[in-house]
Amino acid sequence: MQAFIAIFLARNKEFLRDRSSLSWNIAFPILLVFGFSIIFSDDNNLLYKVGVIGTQQQLTTVLPNFAQTQHIQFVEFTDTQQAQDRVRKHQLDLVIQTHPQAVYWINSSSPKGYLLERILWGSGGQDFAQQTVEGKEIRYVDWVLPGILAMNMMFSCLFGVGYVIVRYRKNGYLKRLKATPLSAVQFLLAQMASRLILIQAITVFVYVGCDLFIDFHMIGSYWLLFFVSTLGSICLINMGLLVAARLRSEELAGGMLNLFSWPMMLLSGVWFSLEGSPEWVIALAQILPLTHLVEGARAIMTEGAGITQIFPELLALSLMSLLFLIIGALIFRWE
Amino acid sequence: METILEVKDLVRHFGKLTAVNNVSFKIPRGVCFGLLGPNGAGKTTTVEIMEGIQAPSAGQVLYKNHPLDQQFRQEAGIQFQSTALQEFLTVQDTLNLFGNLYQKTIPQQELIELCSLGDFLDRYTHKLSGGQRQRVLLAIALINDPEIIFLDEPTTGLDPQARRNFWQLIELVKSRDKTIVLTTHYMEEAETLCDIIAIMDKGKVISQGTPRDLLQAHFADTVIQLPKDIDEQILHEMQLSFYVRNSHYDIQSENIEHTIQTLLTHKIPLQQMQIRAWNLEDLFLSLTGSELRV
Repeated sequence: MQAFIAIFLARNKEFLRDRSSLSWNIAFPILLVFGFSIIFSDDNNLLYKVGVIGTQQQLTTVLPNFAQTQHIQFVEFTDTQQAQDRVRKHQLDLVIQTHPQAVYWINSSSPKGYLLERILWGSGGQDFAQQTVEGKEIRYVDWVLPGILAMNMMFSCLFGVGYVIVRYRKNGYLKRLKATPLSAVQFLLAQMASRLILIQAITVFVYVGCDLFIDFHMIGSYWLLFFVSTLGSICLINMGLLVAARLRSEELAGGMLNLFSWPMMLLSGVWFSLEGSPEWVIALAQILPLTHLVEGARAIMTEGAGITQIFPELLALSLMSLLFLIIGALIFRWE
Repeated sequence: METILEVKDLVRHFGKLTAVNNVSFKIPRGVCFGLLGPNGAGKTTTVEIMEGIQAPSAGQVLYKNHPLDQQFRQEAGIQFQSTALQEFLTVQDTLNLFGNLYQKTIPQQELIELCSLGDFLDRYTHKLSGGQRQRVLLAIALINDPEIIFLDEPTTGLDPQARRNFWQLIELVKSRDKTIVLTTHYMEEAETLCDIIAIMDKGKVISQGTPRDLLQAHFADTVIQLPKDIDEQILHEMQLSFYVRNSHYDIQSENIEHTIQTLLTHKIPLQQMQIRAWNLEDLFLSLTGSELRV
C-alpha cells in the first residue's frame, strides 16, 4: 500500500507540475465548448431533417414533389412515438406519416418546422392534418457538451496512461522500477488511480466553469452523470493500458492510440448523431467505448434518463473495462 | 570467505547470437568485483541476469545460496547504465518515492550527505548535470541499505573530475562493508576500485583473479615503451618480445640493463623511451586485442 501511494503521488505531481500539458487538458475542452456555443448560437444549419413514418418509398408515391425537395434529409421511423419525441427536442424539424392517416407533426417553437410546413403545403401536402408538439429546444451546444467532455477524457486517458507508460518503458524508468520490490499490479493500479482522479477533477472543473456562462440543458441526476463518466474513464484508461502493455516505441504507441482515438472521435456520436448512418457504421460504433460513454451521458443530460434507461451503456462500459484490464495485465511487461 | 552471489554456467542467446557463453564465478561478501571487457563482450547482459532483470537461456544465479527472490529485491541496490527518472520530480521527491518502495531504508539525511546531494535537493531530476545525476542514481541504489550493489558502467560519459569524485564516493560505500559488482571498460577505474576482476570477451570469462595476480601471471617484470618510428623488423632481429600499439611498441623485459644494452648496440634512439610497470590496460589489450610478436 505504501508503495502504491508513493507511485500514485509521484504521478500526480508529475502531471500537475507539467504546466503546459495540464493547461492544455483544461483549455482544450473549454475552447471547444465556447467555440461551439458561439458558432451555433444562431441556427444557421441549412439542412432540414424530416422523419418519415413508414418508408420513404411510400412518401415518394404520395407526395413526389415534397419527397424530391433538395436540402431535406429524410429519416425513416417505424415508431411514431420516437419520431414525435425527436420533434419535441428539435432534433427533427417535421415528422410526416402517409398511412393510415395523412398527418404531420411540428414543434410549435421551431422556425424550421414552420418553414417546412409551408414547403409541404406548396408541394401537395395541403390535406395533411397538422399536429403540434411542445418542447424546449436543445441547443447544439447542450447536445455536443457530453461529447466534448468525453472526448477530452478519452485523449487524456489514452495518452496520459498509454503513451506515458510506453515512454517510461523506452527511457528505462520501468526497468528501474522492476529492480525494486514493486509489483506490476501496484504500479499499474497507481497509474490508473492517478489518471482517474485527475481527469475526473478536470472534467468537473470544466463542466462547472462552462455551466456558469452557458447554462447547460441538464435534466438528469448529477450523481448518475458522475458515475457514468467515472466508469467511462476507467474503461478508456484500461484501453490505454492495453495499448501500452508491451510496446517499446513511442511513435508506434502514438500511432496505435490515434488508430483507436480517431474512429472514436468520428464515429462515437461526439459531433453528430449517427441516426440515418449506414448499418455497419452503427454496428462499429457499438464496439467503441466512447459511444457508450457519450450516449449514456447525453441521455442523462438531455432526456433525464435514469439508471435503467442507460443500463445497456453501463453494462457495455463495465464489460469492456474488465476485458481490457484482464488482457492488459496478462500481456504487460516491464521491458 | 563466504560467497554472497554465485553465477553458474550462465548462457544467454539472442537469436543466433550467444551474448553470454557458459559464464561461472563466485563473489565473496564484502569485495568489489569488477567485470571488465570491451563493448559487446556481454558484461551488461551478464550483470542484468545477475540482477534478475533478464532471464538466462541456461544456468543459474544464486544469492546467499538461493535463487533470486523477493528477499534479493529488498537487499540489492542497482544502478543501470542509463536510467531516466520521472520528470517534474525533484531529487527530494525521487528519494521519497524510491524510499517508499522498500521495507528497510537508510536514514535520508545520511544518504544525502554520503552522496553530497544537499546542493540540488530541490532541483528537478531532468535538469541535473551528468555527475549530479549519477550521484542521484547511486543514492537510489543505496536507499535500501543494500547488501550487494550493482553498478553498470557508472562513470561512462562523465568528465575526469566527476569520475574521480564518483570513485571517492564508491570508496566510501566500500568502507561500509558492502559487496559491489561493477562493470567498466576503464581499466584505471578497475585498478582503483576492484579487489577481484573477471575479464570478459565474446561472451566468455577469459581470466579472473586479483589485479595483482593477473598481472603477475601474464607479464614478466617491466615494460619498455618506444615510439613507433622504429622499423618493426629491427626489433625482430634483436629477438625482443613486444606488442605493437597504436602509437608505440611495448617491449617485454626481464632485465632492463640487458635490454637497453641491446637497443643501444643497434643504435635505437632512446629519447622518448619510457620504463613502467605493466598495468591492467596492458593485460586487457593482451587478452582481448593485439597479438604479442616475438
